Amino acid sequence: MSFQAKKSNPRVTSDKLIIKGGKIVNDDQSFYADIYVEDGIIKQIGENLIVPTGVKTVDAYGHIVIPGGIDVNTCLQAPHLGMSPADDFYHGTRAALAGGTTMIIDHVVPEPGSSLLSAFDQWKDTADKRSCCDYSLHIDITRWHDGLFEELESLVKDKGVNSFLIFMAYKDKFQSSDTQIYEMFSAMRELGAIAQVHAENGDIIEEEQKKLLDLGITGPEGHVLSHPEEVETEAVYRAITIAKQANCPLYITKVMSKPAADLIAKARKKGMVIYGEPIAASLGTDGSHYWSKNWAEAAAFVMSPPLNPDTSTPDYLNSLLSCGDLQVTASANCTFTTAQKAVGKDDFTFIPEGTNGIEERMSIVWDKAVATGKMDENDFVAVTSTNAAKIFNLYPRKGRIAVGSDADIVIWNTKETRTFSAKTHNLTVEVNIFEGMECRGFPVLVISQGRIVLEDGTLSVMEGSGRFIPRKAYPDYVYKRIKARSRMADARGVPRGNYDGPVHDVISMTKSVPATPTTRGPSCPGKTPLGPTRNLHQSGFTLSGTQMDDHIPRRTAQKIVAPPGGRSNITSLS
Amino acid sequence: MLQGESHEPHPFTESEAETVQKALLSVVVSERLLIKGGRVVNDDQSLYADVYVEDGIIKQVGENLIVPGGVKVIEANGCMVIPGGIDVNTCLHKPYLGTPPVDDFYQGTKAALAGGTTMIIDHVTPQPGDGLLEAFEKWQEAADKKSCCDYSLHVDIPHWHEGVKEELEQLVQEKGINSFQVYMAYKGLYQMPDSQLYEAFSFLKELGAVVLVHAENGDLIAQEQSKILGMGIIGPEGHPLSRPEELEAEAVFRAITIGNRVNCPVYITKVMSKSAAETVAIARKKGSVVFGEPITASLATDGSHYWSKNWAKAAAYVTSPPLSPDPTTPEHLHSLLACGDLQVVGSGHCAYSTSQKAIGKDNFTLIPEGTNGVEERMGFVWDKAVAMGKMDENQFVAVTSTNAAKIFNLYPRKGRIAVGSDADIVIWDPDKIKTITAKSQQSALEYNIFEGMDCRGGPLHVVSQGRVVFEEGKLQVQQGTGRFISRKPFPDFAYQRIKYRNKIMNMQGVSRGMYDGPVYDVPATPKYITPAPSAKTSPTTHQPPPIRNLHQSNFSLSGSQIDDNIPRRSGHRIVAPPGGRSNITSLG
Repeated sequence: MSFQAKKSNPRVTSDKLIIKGGKIVNDDQSFYADIYVEDGIIKQIGENLIVPTGVKTVDAYGHIVIPGGIDVNTCLQAPHLGMSPADDFYHGTRAALAGGTTMIIDHVVPEPGSSLLSAFDQWKDTADKRSCCDYSLHIDITRWHDGLFEELESLVKDKGVNSFLIFMAYKDKFQSSDTQIYEMFSAMRELGAIAQVHAENGDIIEEEQKKLLDLGITGPEGHVLSHPEEVETEAVYRAITIAKQANCPLYITKVMSKPAADLIAKARKKGMVIYGEPIAASLGTDGSHYWSKNWAEAAAFVMSPPLNPDTSTPDYLNSLLSCGDLQVTASANCTFTTAQKAVGKDDFTFIPEGTNGIEERMSIVWDKAVATGKMDENDFVAVTSTNAAKIFNLYPRKGRIAVGSDADIVIWNTKETRTFSAKTHNLTVEVNIFEGMECRGFPVLVISQGRIVLEDGTLSVMEGSGRFIPRKAYPDYVYKRIKARSRMADARGVPRGNYDGPVHDVISMTKSVPATPTTRGPSCPGKTPLGPTRNLHQSGFTLSGTQMDDHIPRRTAQKIVAPPGGRSNITSLS
Repeated sequence: MLQGESHEPHPFTESEAETVQKALLSVVVSERLLIKGGRVVNDDQSLYADVYVEDGIIKQVGENLIVPGGVKVIEANGCMVIPGGIDVNTCLHKPYLGTPPVDDFYQGTKAALAGGTTMIIDHVTPQPGDGLLEAFEKWQEAADKKSCCDYSLHVDIPHWHEGVKEELEQLVQEKGINSFQVYMAYKGLYQMPDSQLYEAFSFLKELGAVVLVHAENGDLIAQEQSKILGMGIIGPEGHPLSRPEELEAEAVFRAITIGNRVNCPVYITKVMSKSAAETVAIARKKGSVVFGEPITASLATDGSHYWSKNWAKAAAYVTSPPLSPDPTTPEHLHSLLACGDLQVVGSGHCAYSTSQKAIGKDNFTLIPEGTNGVEERMGFVWDKAVAMGKMDENQFVAVTSTNAAKIFNLYPRKGRIAVGSDADIVIWDPDKIKTITAKSQQSALEYNIFEGMDCRGGPLHVVSQGRVVFEEGKLQVQQGTGRFISRKPFPDFAYQRIKYRNKIMNMQGVSRGMYDGPVYDVPATPKYITPAPSAKTSPTTHQPPPIRNLHQSNFSLSGSQIDDNIPRRSGHRIVAPPGGRSNITSLG
């Protein structure tokens, strides 16, 4: 199957551009240079470029020129209770471009039990028709069974998908047990894919929901009360533990609370290959709005994990993002109209989950982190674009301004401010959770696939021009360490002589044998089992294993300090 | 067998012991005791005082006591006089595949007394199919016949179902049980999923019981076990390899999370690794009501022995969670015990002979789990914590006796030397040095996992129920003298905070006018509906007919506002949620 641009749109290819006078900012350095773009590809970077005549010149004086943003978490197609989101691939990607994001990775959410491949095809069909910018797809594994491995394999090997989302919440719907998660993680490591996890303890949430509804709390505040941050934190902890056992790279989607973020930071310090993704909403606002007297406003904020009622959370997450403890910002854009949200007006558990953020994401990071002096412009590029490209194996095609990279380029105004409002945003949803927020930093010009799609505040997008970008397995950024560890992590047994002492007679084996491992010969047939009399003279040694000092009673005083098998756990680097 | 080909006979074989006891019986009952010249050490203070005991009760504590003539006098000679130890984690009757452990209530409590422990709380482990009450009665019967010291019982809950509730209620209200163990490990056998744990915690909290948790992630253990067996590793080293400490720490974290949500005290049995202990310590700092219990084995030895070339030796250490292969673990656990981050020392004593352990000689998952430690428990805490300067003598009393008595509602009857308390008293010699060996132990085991270790500190005299049962290295116990000590629910030490939190934790909804805007029509897709709360939706919301009617309104005029015609915007923010944060345990 060929991945390469199947749609060669004549208008797209003929666009030749030169961007002059801007400061190019990549994640590693900033420098002043001009950029020449042809056929959707960056052809030259430097000063005094020699370019054909008749090239359109874009003036970037006074602004920074950055790689287009990559939003790795959107749901522009996933239905809830049979309702499609208010903003589909067309409206969603349009808003993305308006905010400086030139690529999205959307979540394919198959019905539990249905085929992943057919869901993938369905999503791809829709996106091909509707998307205005390049896109790729994550697949959500809504129900795991052994037969799914082949589907995963074909998705990874033939379809260009290298990331899958696993749910620890949504009990009886999407939720997987620890055993299943372990199996999925193992499968993904084998295939070279990245395990994404929606980390919340679904069992506890369900109990809390029951409790709250019993108390008569039916409004949106019940959502946040039934999804306390501890429940998120617990699941993150468990996901990290399982990933460590399976030696699989882990990516936590939607980091919404301080303790969850702290756990990720701590696991990274212990050497785990783990990534954390705060989203526009958790970086830009908080969960106090769930207590709004206005039902529609409160419901607009409903998402899982919920926004944290602790108002210092956004600041904290921005700090962790700045120091590298969290790596990627996404939007988790998944919008439902107020009428759709109102399906849960008498029971918060029915409120469709999701907020906007696809358009505001980059500005929020600039305003809250760069403008406040927490991070520099290079980090800004890293967390909005480059890190995502590296983790999901798009780099350096995406996420970098370099010769040969795709011409997804944003000219970013760092000085002026813009105010978010549902009246002016490019989504169709009638509520904006960032309503009235003033943000420094916004795109003045956006180039997608070498074409100018936003200029002077005007969008000129083309429905269906977005290409599916396949992603190969084993991204180096993630898997280099995993591969090295797989080679090291072999556990080894102790070679010892067979035990040939007495073996107690087992009366009834069936009842209480540990469940999983099969019995491998419970007792040696030749041995007569010992009766209840205590025989103190019996010894457990065969000659084959005898040592010169066998007659000397063994003492525990001689300790083997380092077990010969080594610690099984190589990720404890300390 | 661990070692030594031959054994000296025990100082007391059963028959000998019985003859002695019978001879002493008349003296025993009427024994009046005066302990003179000792330093009475409780968990809060130490003072020089004499202790007068009559009818198994401490009658007087002080100097220059006026006592009747003819009382037996024990000269403490400046040694410490401490409350007898309480070992809250023993399994003296728990069968493995139908065979009982070699230390039953008689052997086990004898060993306990020899080590300065005058009360045990044993785990009732109902076998699959047995009811909790039935199992409790079996255990009580066995213990009443055999136990040489006072005892109480924890009941393990092997399966959670509706029927269990009634039994639990009965156990708490009629039988004097206030602690129950649940399992997060042993997949397919005892393990409960989180939703059951949540229900069990909620129910036990209502009863005022303490929840004991065996914290290990059973799902992952099962995966690791089959992986390791698949690699051809069948020896005891497979046991720690399949149960890395992360799995213990993860389960501890999860148990605490559930405990916080339910607002229920949680007691982690067998804290074996640094990371699990740290998790308990951090949770306590955040305000969780959680207790951690390291055991003799985790405090005195480490998991390097699993790699021993001697199969029997390696298998002797098999217990769950396993001993951590990290040799710095015991020291770390002692430090946390000393500073109060861990509270109680148990023994996890569960003795299976080498031939019983050998049931798993070709498959480590079949090795019965358990180590000895009931006799050595107090000695090692003294040796490794007090004698090393980590802990003072008062804290020693706290972790070996008083804290356990408080948590399990035995205080001040047990765990304190005070007028009116039971006369379970130990005269402790801090300088006594003893080399641990299977030859001289009270346990019926043919090995001892602490074989050859020197231990400073030990009991000179042990008084149980007002009778001297251990003196000059000799035990004078009597089978069946142990009484069942019933324990009331809602121990203050664990539940006081819980009660206050209950009061403030009430969640409140926001009172707001009803939403009267358009409601999207949901096509009937029962598949997608969250299953649980469906019953609770008010009847009016049930799915409207499939035709979408944007003008439909459920709204009554009573809730309308003057601005109802203006589309709602999210612009007005309420910064502090009026309901407050739901989570009161985040004190920080």
